[in-house]
Amino acid sequence: MNLLGKLSWDAIPLDQPIIMGATAFMVLVIATVLSFVTYKGYWGPLWRDWITSVDHKRIGVMYILLALVMLLRGFSDAIMMRAQQALAAGGAQGYLPPEHFDQIFSAHGTIMIFFMAMPFVIGVMNFVVPLQLGVRDVAFPTLNSVSFWLTASGALLINISLAVGEFAKTGWVAYPPLSELQFSPGVGVDYYLWSLQISGIGTLLSGINFVTTILKLRAPGMGYMRMPVFCWTALATSLLIVAAFPVLTATFAMLLLDRYLGFHFFTVDGGGNAMMYVNLFWVWGHPEVYILVLPAFGIYSEVVATFSGKPLFGYRSMVAATMAICVLSFLVWLHHFFTMGASADVNGFFGVMTMIIAVPTGVKVFNWLFTMYGGRVRFTVPMLWSIGFMITFVVGGMTGVLMAVPPADFQVHNSLFLVAHFHNTIIGGVVFGLMAGYNYWFPKVFGFRLDERWGKASFWCWFIGFYLAFMPLYAVGLMGMTRRLQHYDNPAWQPWLMVAALGSVVIMAGIACQVIQLFVSVRDRRQLRDATGNPWMGRTLEWFTPSPPPAWNFTILPSVGGFDRRMQAGGTQDYKAIEMPNNSPIGFITAFFAVITGFALIWHIWWMVGLGLLGALLALLAFAFRRREEVEVSAVEIARFGHAHPAEAAL
Amino acid sequence: MRPGLFTALLTSVAMVSGCSEGVLDPKGPIAAAEREILFNSLAIMLAIVVPTILATLGIAYWFRSSNRRARYRPDFIYSGRLELLVWSIPAMTVLLVGGVAWVGAHDLDPRKPIASGVEPIRVQVVSLDWKWLFIYPDQGIASVNHLTVPVGTPVSFELTSSGVMNSLFVPQLGSQIYTMAGMVTRLHLQADHEGSYRGLSANYSGSGFADMRFTVDAVPREAFGQWIDQARSAGPLLDAATYAALAKPSSAAVPFTYRAVAPDLFSGILGSAMPPHGNAGLVHPTARRAEK
Repeated sequence: MNLLGKLSWDAIPLDQPIIMGATAFMVLVIATVLSFVTYKGYWGPLWRDWITSVDHKRIGVMYILLALVMLLRGFSDAIMMRAQQALAAGGAQGYLPPEHFDQIFSAHGTIMIFFMAMPFVIGVMNFVVPLQLGVRDVAFPTLNSVSFWLTASGALLINISLAVGEFAKTGWVAYPPLSELQFSPGVGVDYYLWSLQISGIGTLLSGINFVTTILKLRAPGMGYMRMPVFCWTALATSLLIVAAFPVLTATFAMLLLDRYLGFHFFTVDGGGNAMMYVNLFWVWGHPEVYILVLPAFGIYSEVVATFSGKPLFGYRSMVAATMAICVLSFLVWLHHFFTMGASADVNGFFGVMTMIIAVPTGVKVFNWLFTMYGGRVRFTVPMLWSIGFMITFVVGGMTGVLMAVPPADFQVHNSLFLVAHFHNTIIGGVVFGLMAGYNYWFPKVFGFRLDERWGKASFWCWFIGFYLAFMPLYAVGLMGMTRRLQHYDNPAWQPWLMVAALGSVVIMAGIACQVIQLFVSVRDRRQLRDATGNPWMGRTLEWFTPSPPPAWNFTILPSVGGFDRRMQAGGTQDYKAIEMPNNSPIGFITAFFAVITGFALIWHIWWMVGLGLLGALLALLAFAFRRREEVEVSAVEIARFGHAHPAEAAL
Repeated sequence: MRPGLFTALLTSVAMVSGCSEGVLDPKGPIAAAEREILFNSLAIMLAIVVPTILATLGIAYWFRSSNRRARYRPDFIYSGRLELLVWSIPAMTVLLVGGVAWVGAHDLDPRKPIASGVEPIRVQVVSLDWKWLFIYPDQGIASVNHLTVPVGTPVSFELTSSGVMNSLFVPQLGSQIYTMAGMVTRLHLQADHEGSYRGLSANYSGSGFADMRFTVDAVPREAFGQWIDQARSAGPLLDAATYAALAKPSSAAVPFTYRAVAPDLFSGILGSAMPPHGNAGLVHPTARRAEK
């Protein structure tokens, strides 16, 4: 009996120079970071202030950091794909063999959706929502830490697959029967499934946490119709998470049962039906699109209002549109597979439903327009991202509605036209929004602004790079080029793909500018310092506490007196002691055992599975029997902070 | 945008891509109808999208904070009439495009036979790892990675897969459709012009996917008859054993034909759903179907 299951030295692809190079680079970066932390003696503060922190702000920052690192990983996949397709025309095979290329596009999609966009969105929600609601933390702070660490576990597992074994060669949707054991006997699909199962639990817990927070913990006087639009979108997203992620988990569980225990949910024989997977996957998958984009819409609403110097136009319409999208997003999933042979009635119904969901989205665009109308528009970096979004997103929305017409979809389904469309909405919608939010709330998080010049350079590179990279894909899609081709024989496609590759280089320049922006801003943090706590003249509550906010967010809890969110906070001036939740390592420990369990399951190391599960159980028991869960911040300390930051007291 | 200018623009786009054998250069009634739907929907939406983009740029520029001539109206945050307008503009657009979608979904339903005085040719399609098998049940021949059809004649496809899902797609002839093991999907296409058209799989199916290409030759009726005769005179026989050999994974197969095909082979593939070790000759009465 082999104690290490399927694992052996053969699992490390030593003969693949590109993979080994990437692995070496990854190891080098990790080693550098670890030695830097050791050298500076940061282990203690790192453990106390970050790893075991249950503070929603710090957890938010860690989520975003994870997302930015994964953005780099996902982007390297992207630029490799664009280079491969720019080269592999005619008889040429390019530099990536199919088994490598297939892993790259699968990893790119999985990482960008689950470990870049999702953590970024949830990270921004984590930081902003409790502050905007005027409360001290989310409803379940420790659970929040568990959520984050489970997400990070998934990300870690997926990155281990680079060095040990392989990743899925099935595309990021992992349709069976291709993803069944019969056609994908390797560990790649198992890496995919287990990392998404683990991070999926984290996401679901986040969703529950935010629904509870928004429904139950709001500052006195903050009725639903006084919540900032970002909180509304966060609520809609969290509701979607709670409703949709269990579907994904169940679907993957069925595929896992097929792969591990010989079940026949989706197999070609034994009564399995792959169409069921395709349906269930998109029952999750389409709401997922809105899980990502709704908070981005919320960010634009905050940014456009702030930098136009007036409140958001049509607040109630915005709320209605958000909630309409939330409900309708469950009624459109079939448009992902009009070509699966459903009847004309079914295709027609889902086509029309898909278009109906474009109505509230269109309403939002118009409302942002009218917010700028009559305003004083300041072209700061977040505002540039927002205007860039409005222009780009309507194009992406248009091609989306185009593909909602079933006969049109029969011609462009699975083509690069489709690839161009969803990048147009996800980059133009989600990523632009997250970048706007990153620049907008950065001064709140760290107390200094980001450098404007590098921020603008980054925006322009991304904006131009996006059009260069994806407009040619619309064209080759119409020319009949399907997605996921490792090589192709039609030389007419090549010039377009070369332009697209150039576009990805320009986007890379944009990412480089962002990295430089961060370095420059940290270096110049004294000049960029924001002492007021409200550098943009924002109107929502998060701007009425010092930057960075204290652990308890508000020294005196605000109460909201009016609809216009130029908040009026009241309260007495005598400071009271505040109960804060204790730090807890349970998130980190759970994640540690989750990684052990996941890795062991992937490689069929059964004793280690038992060990991992037992460890997680014991950790949970130990946590359940803890004695102290809260720590008191004394009134003296609160008072000292309050006097040091009169900005808030003057609120 | 003026309709004349718009048509000119679309035609020029079509011509640029037309040289490249794409969906904008249709060679049959289905592809032509689909291109028309594509253009109509695009035209309806551009009528609202272009003004929106221009308005975004215009409003953002005019209301820049340094423009002293722009009137600052911080109280302009609600207008019932404008609200009505912003809900109705996208609603009207969707009403139009939705109509196009509903009617189009029925008119161009892949299962719907093409109305024609000419008797359709039947073709049974099996996607294999990683090649295409085309069986002509009425002619009793089969071909691999190559499809020959008579011009001006509807082709009625029945499609299935040996295992992994694929999608049969000939961009210049129109609609694609998935192929799935144990199930039959249906598709009707027609070529109105002689020529050689590229076909491919449009659903990723594994490592040999990029080479899952085939050629469609649309030839005059007489030439089609000659091609059938020629195919019958040479090549191997397609039965359960040779099918099992063919079904073994391979990529970039050179096109060839089978002189004869065992009867009920297609339904056997459908029923076994798991070649190569399935009983390719066996007909399962319970074969699941994607259609009613």
